[in-house]
Amino acid sequence: MVQSLDTMIETPSQTAGPYVHIGCIPSFAGLPGVYPEDLGLSPIAPGAKGQVITITGAVIDGTGWALRDAMMESWQPDAAGRFAGQDGADPAVSGFCRFAADKDSGLFTLTTVKPGPVPHRSGGVQAPHISLWIVARGINIGLSTRIYFEDEDNSADPLLSRIEQRPRVDTLIAKKTAEGQYRFDIRLQGDNETVFLDI
Amino acid sequence: MKDMTDNGETDAGPLIPRQRHMHPVPYDPEYKTSVPRSPKWPLLSMESTPSEETGPRFGHSLLGPLDNNLILNFSKDGSPAIGERILMHGRVLDENARPVPHTLVEIWQANAGGRYRHVKDNYLAPLDPNFGGCGRTITDAEGRYQFLTIRPGAYPWPNRANDWRPMHIHISVFGHSFGQRLITQMYFEGDPLIDRCPIAATIKERSQLDRLVAPLDMARARPLDFLAYKFDIVLRGRRQTMFENRLEGM
Ligand SMILES: [Fe+3]
Repeated sequence: MVQSLDTMIETPSQTAGPYVHIGCIPSFAGLPGVYPEDLGLSPIAPGAKGQVITITGAVIDGTGWALRDAMMESWQPDAAGRFAGQDGADPAVSGFCRFAADKDSGLFTLTTVKPGPVPHRSGGVQAPHISLWIVARGINIGLSTRIYFEDEDNSADPLLSRIEQRPRVDTLIAKKTAEGQYRFDIRLQGDNETVFLDI
Repeated sequence: MKDMTDNGETDAGPLIPRQRHMHPVPYDPEYKTSVPRSPKWPLLSMESTPSEETGPRFGHSLLGPLDNNLILNFSKDGSPAIGERILMHGRVLDENARPVPHTLVEIWQANAGGRYRHVKDNYLAPLDPNFGGCGRTITDAEGRYQFLTIRPGAYPWPNRANDWRPMHIHISVFGHSFGQRLITQMYFEGDPLIDRCPIAATIKERSQLDRLVAPLDMARARPLDFLAYKFDIVLRGRRQTMFENRLEGM
């Protein structure tokens, strides 16, 4: 026998289930009226500095079918790379957004400001990116990934550099479809499976 | 990045890596929907960065007076929701056994008959006109939270031929870092459906599943009013840095 450690173990996850919207986006569930408005409707307020962009996409399962019941959260810094609460952060950028796949099409839309680069502990700089967390029925522990941008310099990003199979890097890069418009699909499984993070 | 908690301590240092084997397996054929929705490639592991170490904060001004009272927060005329009245309470801690103060906790659940108020739930059991099924609160300085609600009913779901979910309440917790984000479910002590549930069984480490089963807590039950169940939640911690002459982080 040995002494026991003081550290505790994280509570295990369970799937968010098909009715996650009741708790997280009640209006989407057809349940208005409990709260004045859903949490995290937008990561930006009027006057946010930087380029306003729209990212559209779908969460696609191993059969090629877009999930209709996925819920996502995004977290990002402002256009200068500062997170809410940090010194000098843009007060019009909360950086947090909650959004759901559309019930009919499976498409999601995120409108935000393009984030700035963020320093890395090692001294390098992380290319502009948005952190994304995905939960749904059938997903037993929330999936983490990142949205990078094809019109940014991603060459020295520490996370992208760690992806050994270089073709997979592409799964984390949003494609520019028009000025300020990007497409970002998340593939849970199968060809071009998205790189998910343990971070 | 400095991130002061109300204990006057600084959240610093990288997040402690997740012990993935203490969580449910992503792919489990007994839970059929997980089959096409589970990644097959290994996750990319890396030390956390400010993107994971920071996170959204929500203030108490967000909350309405009935947000943590599901018995009354959807009632049109003050009539209480139907069902066994219960208090769900506990603490949010991190892996270093420190309380996580001022963090948002959200819950959602079926009504006493096992029916959700959701456009996609068409189970036979009736809706309760006075029960919405969602609530939220923010932990206090010691990480404590509580909800007054009704005991949710078990319900059948399409999976294997005759699967039923045990009574459960879904819980979402933020912590102070986006990398701490957690959604889980609370089960109730003594429910025979827990051991028959393929979703509960996605957790292969029995001692970990046991941590999702809330004990009856008669010390907090109020006579002639409600029973109580205690449910503590542990979020990822951050590595302590005693031997480094500077705080990790930025
Ligand atoms: Fe449920």
